[in-house]
Amino acid sequence: MMPEPATTGDTKAGILTRLLRVDRRILFIIIFLCVAIPLLTGARMKMTVTPPVKGLYDAIDRLEPGSTVWLAADYDPGSMPELYPMNIALIDHLFSRNIKVISASLWAPGPPLSQRIFETIGPKYGKTYGVDFVNLGFKEGREAVMLQVAEDIAKTFPRDFLDTPYDQIPMLQEIRNLKDVKMIVAISAGYPGIKEWIQQVGTRYAVRIGGGVTAVTAPEMYPYLQSGQLVGLLAGMKGAGEYEQLVARPGLGTAGMVAQSSVHLMVVIFIAFANVVFLIEKSRK
Amino acid sequence: MKLFKPILILVVLAALVSAVASGHLSSRILGIWVAALLTISIFSFLYKDNRVYKLAEHLFIGISAGYSVSLEYWNVFRPNLWNPLVQGLHQVKMSHLFSIGGLSIGLPHFPGMLLIVPFALGIMLFARFSARLTWLSRWSIAAMVGSYAGLAMIGALQGDLVAQVKANMIPLVAPGSVAALGAGGGADARFFAFLGVLSNPLIIFGLISTLVYFFFSREHKGGLGVVSRVGVWFLMISFGASFGYTVMSRVSLLIGRLHFLLSDWLRVIR
Repeated sequence: MMPEPATTGDTKAGILTRLLRVDRRILFIIIFLCVAIPLLTGARMKMTVTPPVKGLYDAIDRLEPGSTVWLAADYDPGSMPELYPMNIALIDHLFSRNIKVISASLWAPGPPLSQRIFETIGPKYGKTYGVDFVNLGFKEGREAVMLQVAEDIAKTFPRDFLDTPYDQIPMLQEIRNLKDVKMIVAISAGYPGIKEWIQQVGTRYAVRIGGGVTAVTAPEMYPYLQSGQLVGLLAGMKGAGEYEQLVARPGLGTAGMVAQSSVHLMVVIFIAFANVVFLIEKSRK
Repeated sequence: MKLFKPILILVVLAALVSAVASGHLSSRILGIWVAALLTISIFSFLYKDNRVYKLAEHLFIGISAGYSVSLEYWNVFRPNLWNPLVQGLHQVKMSHLFSIGGLSIGLPHFPGMLLIVPFALGIMLFARFSARLTWLSRWSIAAMVGSYAGLAMIGALQGDLVAQVKANMIPLVAPGSVAALGAGGGADARFFAFLGVLSNPLIIFGLISTLVYFFFSREHKGGLGVVSRVGVWFLMISFGASFGYTVMSRVSLLIGRLHFLLSDWLRVIR
């Protein structure tokens, strides 16, 4: 027996159902194109600087030239696309304001990333290692390290990243603990990170804290902004892009914003489409 | 035939190392090529699981573990424990406690003597490898769990509980927010001023309704039910925001990798 020809309604339903069960690799290709095309064309978009980003910029801008900042580079290459552009923009801003930077990391792969930025940006502002900036390297111990540097940095980091003893580094002669730094700038990808700096050091030692986080951890940080425990916050690549705009140093944060927005738009379209088809199918049953 | 692939890989690696050593190939270019090929290997999983992906995955895990171990040894164990302990042992002194028949009885002491405790606890962790001595490792684990639980508790109480409760004792309308709304300025400024007016009422109502949702001592009926349902809406909105940020984070990783492939490797963008 020959099957009955499908009606127009059945055909539409069949197309919709097939679209819902589309091979996920086609979706991957669409997302790939949404990212690749804006990057290849070099498309840029104007960003509005949000108050949390402006808050961090202003807090750094208000620091006295010659004062010292503790830069906690608590991240690894896995979160570089979001945090590395922030790290670059923040160090650029700190150096442009003649602020000394002590960098240290509670994440093992963090120190080489900071070092690379120092070596790139330092010469631009005529900064010298050991005099204007220092990289103390990595230390295991999480919250215990935070508490110990709050009391005695030399005891925690007897040598720096380049194996120089603490007492032979000129800029550290006046720095004994975190009470001697004006601010902690924490760039963090998770635990241990900015949240632990707030909990262990910020509140207890009354040190001002600001910094940047990956977008995935950002919602957890907003209550600290509202409570004033954070002076400012950069959230993900968008935060990095905004800060790049403020310091007039476009980088990956700026370059990636059109790609980011295109993918977001596509995800919204996917979700809306799937829901519409779901409702149509539900109404047919 | 089984040995062909490993030998080929070793030959290629040896050729690359010798090319770098002789200056024919810069280590930076080699690094970029290795990173690019590994990135593509990982991306190949999007098509389907395959051996190239597995190789990249195993390389990542092995290199990460090796890097961490060497870093821990040189950056933590040597400077913070071993070196001070060895230096201290060179300055051992005897402290006099009491005398018996003219014979002085004392205890040895040296700078950093307390470091023996973490050193011993660290050694005891290795007792896990012996079924007979494994109980020793429990002491080290107990010390770690106890100290970190204590640290986390103090941090959570001081940094979260007290500070967050204090931060939520706010007026219904933020001082100056209404004035800021009428102050004019650009569209962006007016938009943020408008959000500023809404901010405090939303925080207060959101906090109360969400807390009501987690109040399980009474059945959520009547007024309590309505407020608790509003609390669910606030929770859903926060989950949505978290999901949006998660998408943003994952897309950023893709952007980062593609940017690397297109700029550093293929050099089609700057």
